[in-house]
Amino acid sequence: MAGMTVIVRTISRLLFPFIFLFGIYIIVHGHLTPGGGFQGGVILAASVIMLLLAYGIERAQAKVNVLQAELSESLGGLILVGLGLLGIVLGITFLKNVLPLGELGHIFSAGNLPVLNIGVSIKVAAGFLTIFYAMLRLQGGKE
Amino acid sequence: MSRIIALGMVLVIGGLLVFTVNEYLLPFGTFPERRIGSFENESVGQRILRDAPRTTGSANIVTSVVWDYRGYDTLGEATILFTAVCGVAMLFRAVRGRD
Amino acid sequence: MSLNYIIAMLLFTLGIYCLLFKRNLIKMIIGLQVMTNGLHLFLISLGYRTDGIAPILSSQMLAGNGAANFAALAVDPVPQALVLTSIVINICTMALALSLAIYAYRHYGTLNPFEIRRLRG
Repeated sequence: MAGMTVIVRTISRLLFPFIFLFGIYIIVHGHLTPGGGFQGGVILAASVIMLLLAYGIERAQAKVNVLQAELSESLGGLILVGLGLLGIVLGITFLKNVLPLGELGHIFSAGNLPVLNIGVSIKVAAGFLTIFYAMLRLQGGKE
Repeated sequence: MSRIIALGMVLVIGGLLVFTVNEYLLPFGTFPERRIGSFENESVGQRILRDAPRTTGSANIVTSVVWDYRGYDTLGEATILFTAVCGVAMLFRAVRGRD
Repeated sequence: MSLNYIIAMLLFTLGIYCLLFKRNLIKMIIGLQVMTNGLHLFLISLGYRTDGIAPILSSQMLAGNGAANFAALAVDPVPQALVLTSIVINICTMALALSLAIYAYRHYGTLNPFEIRRLRG
């Protein structure tokens, strides 16, 4: 699948870091402003897919190939379940808020909410990238 | 002929739905006055609004409901996302292997 | 005159019209999405309080009077959280439905649900 014209390629290369940074801002401030893990994960996936559409499939596969996307999705899911099991290990219920609650309104507050947001954002972004690769019939296996 | 019956049915359903949500049967903006059973001025939402900044420590009440009070539902939602990605990958792999 | 509820029910009716009258699988899936959007609007409007504010403690409220009567002014946060979950589940259902539509097109050569019913593949 070929890329697009020079104008589209230049603009998407210039815009990609800003959209990625905006997505990370929405994820990390999930417990202070509207947003959270799911919304930020979709923004991250949209920025990567914009770059992929502008430059073609071959160069995108050199950066993030299918195996890395599938493994990152499982990693995000493991973070989620691991934090839940941490609650059982420390003696209370599953998914209890065991990390220290800080002051109201700071970034490092609200226990394990920011870590859960980061975990689910990795899962959502990698899942959308895997769906995109699968619909372009790039799955591994018999060639 | 069947299209006229279908159009009539859609219009009847639409009229019934719009009639049911008018101002007398379902007043708009009355969240604190709807109570169930014998709870006097408390509903689940009211109690969460009162307790959440002190108990969870986050300033966003909706995020604390999603991850702290209903965290198990969000874990189930992450499982659904994983299942959907597996289903899509499986469907497209099956088409390719048939060639 | 509760405009929120009326428009939510009109969106639902438009979705039902799309499902009954269109002869293309992709258009029927779009009709399903319109129905779901109407339902989400209805659910969120159920938790509204007259002259309410958003259920988020802003930095002015934390530095000022300490959110004294925040609990008496904010709207209901529980339907908003449940609609968030419902939106994500909707994305997954729509992805699988579109994949099945592509699969049916490759196998039968048409996207008309009446013709797909008649052919024996």
